[in-house]
Amino acid sequence: MAVAESAITRKVVERASGGQRTRDLLFRLSLLLCLFIAVLFLGVLLVDVVIDGAGFLSPHFVTSYPSRLTPDTSGVRSALLGTLYLMVLCGLFIVPVGVAAAVYLEEYADPTRWYNRLVEVNIQNLASVPSVVYGILGLAFIVRGPVDVWGLGEGQPTLLAGALTLGLLVLPVVIIVSREAIRAVPPSIREGSLALGATKWQTLWKQVLPGSIAGIATGVILALSRAIGETAPLILVGAGAFQLFDPKVDGPFSAMPIQIFNNVTESKPIFQELAAAAILVLLILLLLMNSAAIYLRNRYETKW
Amino acid sequence: MDGGQDMAARPGAGSTGLIRTRTRRSVGEQAVKALLAGAALLSVLTTTGIVVTLINESSGFFRQVSVSDFFLNTNWAPLAGGESQSFGVVPLIWSTLYLTAIALVVAIPLGLGVGIYLAEYASPRVRKTFKPIIEVLAGIPTIVFGYFALTFFTPLLKDQLGIDVQIFNGLSAGIILGILVLPTIASVSEDAMSAVPQSLREGAFGLGAAKWQVVVRVVVPAALSGIVAALVLGASRAIGETVVILVAAGNNPNLTLDPTVAHQNMAAFIANVARSDASAGSVAYVTIFAVGATLFVMTFLLNLVAIRFVRKYRQVYE
Repeated sequence: MAVAESAITRKVVERASGGQRTRDLLFRLSLLLCLFIAVLFLGVLLVDVVIDGAGFLSPHFVTSYPSRLTPDTSGVRSALLGTLYLMVLCGLFIVPVGVAAAVYLEEYADPTRWYNRLVEVNIQNLASVPSVVYGILGLAFIVRGPVDVWGLGEGQPTLLAGALTLGLLVLPVVIIVSREAIRAVPPSIREGSLALGATKWQTLWKQVLPGSIAGIATGVILALSRAIGETAPLILVGAGAFQLFDPKVDGPFSAMPIQIFNNVTESKPIFQELAAAAILVLLILLLLMNSAAIYLRNRYETKW
Repeated sequence: MDGGQDMAARPGAGSTGLIRTRTRRSVGEQAVKALLAGAALLSVLTTTGIVVTLINESSGFFRQVSVSDFFLNTNWAPLAGGESQSFGVVPLIWSTLYLTAIALVVAIPLGLGVGIYLAEYASPRVRKTFKPIIEVLAGIPTIVFGYFALTFFTPLLKDQLGIDVQIFNGLSAGIILGILVLPTIASVSEDAMSAVPQSLREGAFGLGAAKWQVVVRVVVPAALSGIVAALVLGASRAIGETVVILVAAGNNPNLTLDPTVAHQNMAAFIANVARSDASAGSVAYVTIFAVGATLFVMTFLLNLVAIRFVRKYRQVYE
């Protein structure tokens, strides 16, 4: 009896929702289509770059200097070195400053105070200021700014100025991600440490930061991979292209995105292929960094 | 330390014993706090630096070009020499908004579609596969999108689809710009929809609603403030993008609805002037600060709106 009843009920429900089911299917299919188009664009983009650039990709391409005159044998040496230097300097800048700011906002700041709320809204807002505006800041404040040390403030483009500009650009990313990592450490860990007589700073340094290191490292790598892909701020602070010398911290420099950009704007077709090959080098670098982030996250992530 | 022992030795010392004494330890703690606060303060100084720079340098610009001339004149030729030089920013703002509009026409349906699918339909396994793919799309440097627009997408539009576009055109750059902001819209809107409590969905199912009805009439309205934030953030990203436009859309703005011709946005203009070595201090050169200030104000307002909306949906469900 019960079985028969449920069969009848099912039939009734099915009849009533027949039209709904078609609509449901259509809706689902159109959503899938959106996802498909997004993935398709990514796929076509990657395949296109590989097809255009793979021919030039070789150890020679990485180790030789770029050249407008002899494109056949040119490479990306000065640009790649520039990008690596930028990454190191930028990291040295954003790790202490970003983590310190995150610790302050999570552990010390009283969120009901207006100045702490100001800092918070300010960081959220900075995260979406266009990168070219940071370039303007770098140009006016760092390249030609009031400071006059290590080639800064002399009006000449320097690698250090580029690194600081990129650092300011990605600092909000580091702060936001680090804050999340710090917040994920349960309060009981802090309470336990404080109850044993540790000071607030000891608790932070010995318990909270080690507990959130995986998240912080991921955030820093994320920020750095955003930094080395940026073109606009570096154009503003005066990064060069086709440089026949290695970059210096207090001197002129080049970077991968700038070299790619200048290759793209050359008119001869061979430079498009060089641009594609340089893009591949940059993408491989980004891939390595992201793999490192995933490895760090899996290796050091603490489960509470 | 000393203070603590002192108090323990004199249990009846009264309220004066509770006054915090300065020890080496507490001074150190205060110093640490000050240092950390200093790091947080740097972000405020960054904003101050941007605002001061823009005001300072554009005031130099507006001493030579009147404000009304800048915002009302429709002839934009800041780099031209002599008589034909003109500073009407209207075409530049128009092209900026026009390119942003093309991008959003692409990015809003696709981004929301992806966001809804990942939040509401995808199984955990599918989500685990496709979320990182969308993140990869977000992590690709914009210069790569520029390269793609110029060397692949524009020829595709012209040769395969038969659209009569110029080599540098707003259509190709705008569509690729849309793909560029798609991940922003997808991930922010997905977060918003995932924050909608399960009970709302269950309630709707219990009333006999079909899945699509639950999504469209319950989940999306419930996550609306987050979705609006996603759209505003996407728009702000599109307005401020430089390189895609610089590479693929050409070097002059156009006061026209025709997407097949060159367009230029404010960010690309700034980069283009900085690149072309206009002599420092010349009027053409300080133009970048006036344009930068305009761009900053536009994105700043959009960001404030987005932050407000994000906060609203957080307050409701957390």
